[in-house]
Amino acid sequence: MSFSWRSAYAIYQREMARAFRTAFQSILSPVLTTSLYFVVFGSVIGARMEPVGGVPYGAFIIPGLLMLTLLGETTSNASFGIYMPRFTGTIYELLSAPVGVAETLAGFVGAAATKGLILAAIILGTARLFVAYEIAHPLMAATYIMLVAASFALFGFILGIWADSFEKLGIIPMLILTPLTFLGGTFYSIRDLPAPWDAIALANPIAFLVSGLRYSFYGVGDVPIAVSLGLTLGFLAVCVTIIAVIFRTGWRLRE
Amino acid sequence: MSSDPGEPILDIRDLRKTYRGGVTALGGIDLTVRRGEIFALLGPNGAGKTTLIGAVCGLVRPSAGTITAFGHDLSRDWRRARARIGLVPQELATDMFETVWRAVAYSQGLFGRAHDPARLEEILRSLSLWDKKDAQIRALSGGMKRRVLIAKALAHEPELLFLDEPTAGVDVELRKGMWEQIAALKERGVTIILTTHYIEEAEEMADRVGIIQRGRILMVDEKRAMMERLGTTEAVIDLAAPLAALPDALTPFPVELAGDGTRLVYRGGNGEGKGRAEVAQLAQALARAGIGFTSLDIHDSSLEDIFVGLLGKQAEAA
Repeated sequence: MSFSWRSAYAIYQREMARAFRTAFQSILSPVLTTSLYFVVFGSVIGARMEPVGGVPYGAFIIPGLLMLTLLGETTSNASFGIYMPRFTGTIYELLSAPVGVAETLAGFVGAAATKGLILAAIILGTARLFVAYEIAHPLMAATYIMLVAASFALFGFILGIWADSFEKLGIIPMLILTPLTFLGGTFYSIRDLPAPWDAIALANPIAFLVSGLRYSFYGVGDVPIAVSLGLTLGFLAVCVTIIAVIFRTGWRLRE
Repeated sequence: MSSDPGEPILDIRDLRKTYRGGVTALGGIDLTVRRGEIFALLGPNGAGKTTLIGAVCGLVRPSAGTITAFGHDLSRDWRRARARIGLVPQELATDMFETVWRAVAYSQGLFGRAHDPARLEEILRSLSLWDKKDAQIRALSGGMKRRVLIAKALAHEPELLFLDEPTAGVDVELRKGMWEQIAALKERGVTIILTTHYIEEAEEMADRVGIIQRGRILMVDEKRAMMERLGTTEAVIDLAAPLAALPDALTPFPVELAGDGTRLVYRGGNGEGKGRAEVAQLAQALARAGIGFTSLDIHDSSLEDIFVGLLGKQAEAA
């Protein structure tokens, strides 16, 4: 028996239904938060700022803010998606079904990535209300957003399997992802940092992601796009490998 | 569905499970379940019933041994086997915010079946859940939630269904209703393996019974054969006048004097009426010997008595 599309679609459909059931938390809440960023940093403060790399400040921060929301929401969504069935015991159904790692990932991660894309579209639409911008490479931007969403959905999935409490579930997005995204050039260009902070900032992997997305938007980035893309693909591959090992060994899933 | 009743549908050989921390839940289980039967797995808490079910259904990783279902080795060809197995867990574990319809439809899809509204309707109607199809599961009573779990397990039309304590926490009336539903499933050709604390439930429904304790199967037999082999009858006869010793006329019977000679106690027979016949003969022998009695109380051992007796013997031997 090979890959079961029906099983994968059943998981995907249920995860999407869960998102729409909690639409306020899943979609409206991040949109509201991002809008506030645009109002404060984009319109109010941004109007007094110099353009960065030839891009008006309000438009410059869009890819970073998009990445900030995308990483947080995709990771949280995917981690909750697998943690809650573990917590409530409903995971028995998934484990007893003729479903392997491929269907599970296609369902959970596909849904988390879709939610990420919907979120990105809404954020970009919201941004348009506050600042004018043009996307230089729209196809590349969409692909990159999808790639990042899928990677962090996988990461969230691992997090949801690793966590054995709600506290642990929130630690990584809150204490690691968000600070790294803020420090990864969301509101500034790493090139503008004084030495040695510009070099130190490149130890932050999120800086490469923000730079990659910014390149797809405006054709400028802090690091070459190939490096950003390579790092994202590498992260994706590492996450897939870890999940494959988790399923093979049953770690934290099967007793 | 194959129409060969009685063929082995599940074969478990030397199945062992030791949890991290060293607790041995299964210590070498050998068990064969045949197509079309209701097999009741009885055992005290912690005997290994749920671990055994978990090992077959993919929730528990066995430490050793083999499980073959429908001719497929579960360690290798688990997809084909699991597609034909259903599980109703002991805990009421389901997405409480989901509607009944969506929850059951999800199970159908998860097991690779095409969305089949007619089949879902049939299942929900058979479990008296049709009126509640649009209700959120959290709004249902405990008995209804359990039926939702059964509906979910039936959505992919399993040929082998595990029911782990299906009537736990269900009132007497609902329990009997559930027994009828389980009997109806058997009629449709579904093989059922159930664990239960209510021995009465096994006595009512099971074709065969397995008794498990401390991760080992103590006995597996046809329910009737087990009751015949291990069942007994006990009769207590209150005598009109005390006897100093057992008269010769009564020595052929397995009786003894009790209560300072005021009572005769018979223990013998089997689970198939031999004991009652002997008690009748004993009453006639008493009359012939001129021994009067004021009352006669007969009690046939139930499956529960056999179960408790077996566990007691095992505990003594340990």
